[in-house]
This record gives sequence, structure tokens and C-alpha cells, in this order.
Amino acid sequence: MRVLYFAWVRQKVGRAEEEVAPPAEVRDVAGLVAWLAAQSPGHAAAFANARTIRAAVNQEFATPDQAVGPGDEVAFFPPVTGG
Amino acid sequence: MSVTPTIRIQEAPFDLAVETAALTAGREDVGGLASFLGLCRADDGLSALVLEHYPGMTERAIAAIAGEACLRWPLTGCTVVHRVGRLPPGAPIVLVLTASSHRAAALESCAFLIDWLKTRAPFWKREEFADGRERWVAAKAEDDEAAARWDRA
Repeated sequence: MRVLYFAWVRQKVGRAEEEVAPPAEVRDVAGLVAWLAAQSPGHAAAFANARTIRAAVNQEFATPDQAVGPGDEVAFFPPVTGG
Repeated sequence: MSVTPTIRIQEAPFDLAVETAALTAGREDVGGLASFLGLCRADDGLSALVLEHYPGMTERAIAAIAGEACLRWPLTGCTVVHRVGRLPPGAPIVLVLTASSHRAAALESCAFLIDWLKTRAPFWKREEFADGRERWVAAKAEDDEAAARWDRA
């Protein structure tokens, strides 16, 4: 599974992307957030307040209950501020 | 005739006159063209805005928004150009152009496109200040409200 980070989420995690292989019990976005948060102090800081983070699965906005699995591209970022 | 929106993400500046001409060249069915040009505003000693996006998802998201505009209004054409990278105060950031046979469709769809783009396209702005401070721009509730006025029951 490919995980991408943008904006301050990227800065706190300390990298723009990574390949991860979470255990099988990680089945949705919320589960992935909980698992990622335990991977490093940077991840923990980035995901400390999960309500401030948005997610996309395969380049579509996703809710915490959206399923994720091997081969998916999952991105985490703050609420968007373009335009 | 179906409309193919023009969507570009780029660091380079854009030319409003060139983009406008591209929507009207060689056709006689365009009765009105509306434009929104977003600029980098110099708030609180801002020295630059740095825009980041999610390549791939950005184009998909804008294409979906433009597709929705084409469903809701009878457009003859539409263009969205959004810049990324470091932009100084006064620099153009985003251009939305909509063309239609009649003005109401052009004006309304242009407002719709920029309202939805601000809340549904994956861009992020970081502010840099002359004294070295920097901060990420926070999403605004008023932008959510502006986007929500286009929601359909």
C-alpha cells in the first residue's frame, strides 16, 4: 500500500510518501490512521488530532470507514485551501 | 455538442487573453464568457504564497467539478488553470473561464466552479512572511458555506 502525505501532515511525518504493509486487521482508513500513528514520533504528531486530517483513497476523497487494502494509494492531508 | 474542459496545473503564469480567445475562436454560438481571476493577496506582511497539490488527484477532482458544471449549465466551453509553487503578492493564482450562449449560465457556472474548487480540489497554501515566519493557511468556514449553496437536496 502506498501512502502519501501533503502540506503540514507531510512536514510532521517527515516524508512525502512511503510503502507500508499494515497487518490484515487494518481494514479501513480509521484503522490505517491508528496503525500509522504508532509507526514513529513524527507519525504520532501528524495524526495526533485525526479530526483535522482528510483522506483520499485512490485519489478520491474518503471517509474514515472507507475500506483500504494492498495496492491502494491512500493520501492524508489537511482540509484543502486552493483557489 | 459535448464540452471538453481545459484543465491545467502549472508553475508558469497564464494569459487571460489567450485563454479567452481559445474559448471563442472559430465559433459563433458563444454569447457570454465569465471569468474569475484569483490573485495572491498581501496580508500581514506576506512575502509569498507557496502552493502545493496532489498530482493526479487534482486533475481528477477539477475534471469532476467541471463535468458537474457542464451537467448543470449549457456551456460551450470551460477552462480552469491553477498555478502551484512560490507566488509573490499580486501574482495570479487561479483562472476560471466559462462560456455559454447566455450570460446567466456563464456567470453562475463560473461562481460554482471556483466555490467547489476551493473546497474539493487538493491544493494547500503556505504563507511566507518577510520576517521568516511561515504558516499553513487554514480552511475557512465561509468557503464551505459558499460551496454548500450549490448543494442539491
